[in-house]
Amino acid sequence: MDSNRYEIRISGSGGQGIIISGIILAEAAGIYDGKYVCQTQSYGPEARGGSSRAEVVVSDDPIDYPKAMKPDLLLAMNQKACDTYIFDLKPGGILMVNSTLVKQLPTTRAIAIPFTQMARERTGKEMIANIIALGALASLTGVVSLRSLEAAVLSRVPKGTEELNKKALEAGIEAARGITDKSEEIGMEFYENIADE
Amino acid sequence: MNALKSGGCQLLLQGNEAIVEGAIAAGCRFFAGYPITPATEISEVMSYRLPAVDGTFIQMEDEIASMGAIVGASLAGAKSMTATSGPGFSLMQENLGFACIAEVPCVIVNVMRGGPSTGIPTQVSQGDVMQTRWGTHGDHPIIVLSVSTTQDCFSITVKAFNLAEKYRTPVIILADEVVAHTREKIFLPHPGEVEVIDRIRPNMPPDWYIPYEDTSRGVPPMAAFGEGYRYHVTGLVHDSRGFPTQRPDEVKGLMSRLFRKINQHFFDIQMVEEEATEDAEVLTVAYGSVARSARRATREARARGIKAGMIQLVTLWPFPRQVVEPMLRKVRAVLVPELNVGQVSREVKRVNQGVTRVETLNRIDGNLITPEEILSRLLKI
Repeated sequence: MDSNRYEIRISGSGGQGIIISGIILAEAAGIYDGKYVCQTQSYGPEARGGSSRAEVVVSDDPIDYPKAMKPDLLLAMNQKACDTYIFDLKPGGILMVNSTLVKQLPTTRAIAIPFTQMARERTGKEMIANIIALGALASLTGVVSLRSLEAAVLSRVPKGTEELNKKALEAGIEAARGITDKSEEIGMEFYENIADE
Repeated sequence: MNALKSGGCQLLLQGNEAIVEGAIAAGCRFFAGYPITPATEISEVMSYRLPAVDGTFIQMEDEIASMGAIVGASLAGAKSMTATSGPGFSLMQENLGFACIAEVPCVIVNVMRGGPSTGIPTQVSQGDVMQTRWGTHGDHPIIVLSVSTTQDCFSITVKAFNLAEKYRTPVIILADEVVAHTREKIFLPHPGEVEVIDRIRPNMPPDWYIPYEDTSRGVPPMAAFGEGYRYHVTGLVHDSRGFPTQRPDEVKGLMSRLFRKINQHFFDIQMVEEEATEDAEVLTVAYGSVARSARRATREARARGIKAGMIQLVTLWPFPRQVVEPMLRKVRAVLVPELNVGQVSREVKRVNQGVTRVETLNRIDGNLITPEEILSRLLKI
């Protein structure tokens, strides 16, 4: 039964671009890659600072239940998100964290990339950390093609920020490649913890 | 949002956005509303989509006025709609009754959130099922349709307008927070491919027009105000010319016609979707976003060798008895999962008349019932 169903949960705090990341990912997989997608979200009544969560389900078949049941991938953009959702992860699923804001990893199996720090250093804008994370996520999982992701990002971001966002995507893709290469060198599964700071 | 335009294309849309596209495809050209979570996106998107098709969008001072405005617009000949959530829907009840007795076609979207009162604005519930049926006072028939996917939000909205026009009645679309906010890829047909039904207009000279005349369908032709057909519209029980009456034969005539025009067309109005019901031994009856969990649970139960089936109710009112009743006779047990303490399950039990075992699965914590919860009940039932 829909064995190709892939569930992603992106979580962090309001203002980190969590929900727009979910929308971009869903548009890349659904409209540009032609798969079935469902994107849902959950947030509190606050505009900023509250917990924020977006989920994307991707499948080759029509999707019945629209939410993630056991995420295949959890992207935690802050410590609280990591602590709250880590145990929902499917056994063998991928935990990817923003190591600038996630300092305590509850498992040795995690991909830690300092998205916020990279955003600050490479573009001068912390808020673009979500796009760097999307680049890394797509590169590691292959759940969307990089070309579709780029098209979806460019269609959703404000005019005049296209180059900046492209640069952010590339930074994310590069960071993920660094991790896969390194894990091959030392003979580890790529999702083992390689903090790269 | 950047690609929001009708016409033969695939888009990633929220349920709320798809409702707007369905309304516009069905010919809706007037929207009056007051924003409220989780229905706000309907007002927001209407505010720029309607002007683009020469329609009118008005943000009203409250929901009482919103309902009044769409009744007025419809009497003037426009297909009209409003959208709200529980607290606003409560305020609309009085004018909704006016639309019932004056036979004014219009569509009201209620995106359910947790309640009563302001409740839990950002979370899901199905607490308003009975309110849609009996919210406005007095004995009256009503049509209520529920949606469970983004594609439904488009196509059921078109159907809602068609039924409203065909039977001169308000039609309520019952959505919920999950359906309204889930983004899915949907296919928007080219405007020419959508079946659109318009109200029958009078074809006699204005002097001969009898505005509430009985017809074989029970639905009198409807003139638009300003076209020369002068008539009286009132919330009082009225005679065939629209003027208040207390004559028992005229009172009975109007009231029975209001029921007859809906009842004699049950088969046109009742819509359900079935999954694996042919040889089912246990049946789930679900609607709205819960139907998606029920569909998955049914498939998982089948994969484990249980002969499970499900009926998804699209039409909630009038209750689709003709479909549900024979199914109840065929199966061993029935499960009704819903996000309240039992509203549709009461209807199922009424129709069942104690013949088959009917169990309920209720969740009232602001979250959607999961497929596992339904599956674990199906395994035990």
